Amino acid sequence: MSSVTVDARNLLCPMPVIRTQDALAGLQAGDVAVVLCTDPGVVHDIPAWCRVHGHEVSNIDQQDDLITVTVRVGNSA
Amino acid sequence: MTRQIKAVALISGGLDSLLAARVVMEQGVHVEGINFYTGFCVEGHTHAIRKKDRDRPKRNNALWSAEQLGIKLHIVDIIDEYKDVVINPKHGYGSNLNPCLDCKIFMVNKAREWIEANGFDFIITGEVVGQRPMSQRKDTLPVIARDSGAGERLVRPLCAQNLPATLAETEGWLDREKLYGFNGRSRKPQIALARQFGFEDFAQPAGGCCFLTDKQYSVKLADLWSTRGTREYDLDDIMLLKVGRHLRPRPHFKLIVGREEGENRFLEGYRKRFINIIPTSHSGPLVLLDGEAGVDDIELAARLTARFSQGRDAQQVTVSVNRPEGETESLEVVPIPSEEIPEAWYV
Repeated sequence: MSSVTVDARNLLCPMPVIRTQDALAGLQAGDVAVVLCTDPGVVHDIPAWCRVHGHEVSNIDQQDDLITVTVRVGNSA
Repeated sequence: MTRQIKAVALISGGLDSLLAARVVMEQGVHVEGINFYTGFCVEGHTHAIRKKDRDRPKRNNALWSAEQLGIKLHIVDIIDEYKDVVINPKHGYGSNLNPCLDCKIFMVNKAREWIEANGFDFIITGEVVGQRPMSQRKDTLPVIARDSGAGERLVRPLCAQNLPATLAETEGWLDREKLYGFNGRSRKPQIALARQFGFEDFAQPAGGCCFLTDKQYSVKLADLWSTRGTREYDLDDIMLLKVGRHLRPRPHFKLIVGREEGENRFLEGYRKRFINIIPTSHSGPLVLLDGEAGVDDIELAARLTARFSQGRDAQQVTVSVNRPEGETESLEVVPIPSEEIPEAWYV
């Protein structure tokens, strides 16, 4: 299992979703992407994108303006 | 064993593309969605910037549509490639700087490339004959099919019965009788079909989903191009046109004035790129100065910044003028009276 970090800070939606999508394209089922964001819209948009693609958001952590979304790649990847 | 027919639907987040995809899914076709991000899209970031909008329930309408349909949605960044569409539209602009016909041709062409790369059979759009003055007319729909290269692999399920049969119909992948013959600007047939499918709470954008259809935004973009002497832009340029109050007191510089906390926070991210001015004796906006500015220009910009601060009626306001390279100077200025700000300065 591998893990990648995606820096989507200072990007506004949908760019963090696109960066997440691009990062996951190179991963295998069970791999993890940790996405660093500042746009509060990601709290809705990344989980929505993950739901339609069969990926799992395992954690969303918010500290001040930094939002960290952890995504586990699903079997349909 | 019968081969599974596959189609990609252009999903804007509006009702028509949602319905078009669903109509095709009803006939057993595997559908996935594709959504193109040009940088001019209205939703999403515009809500993220302004504090007053932060509490509003927000969603990406294209993702919402995909969830309603239960399909995958591929969001594609076309910001750089799209510049040529905006700058050099072969078919011209609409009432503002909206190159709607070229835009649709470009997007359908991108979808054509996508289906060829991914082994899909045809493309679905939510276009309806006569619905839009530029891109959805009886004479322009064939132009989109032709110039995009999609040809008869482009299916418009909501108005298919008004158009020649496509490959999907002649090959028997779709039953033409189960497609629709909508036309004109009325939304009633779409609303009725949405009810039939059980869709509720779908997006009903009143002014479209693109900033280029907005008159004020187009004026700002035209100003940017004319003062730079070139019709180029980057993503930061077009994002900044969506934020703040824009004033051009002199041809060689303009000011972008944050209107509230959310905008000030957004503009903070640009302090390393522009001269920026902040009131220090009173609360007030973060102001970016875009262009070249001499001593007199800085003085004028500082007085304007003071005017938009809480010290607008004070005898004197102290502002901090910060340069991208790190140099900072403090200025004490008299706020410029509102009657000395010509209306023409507002872009």
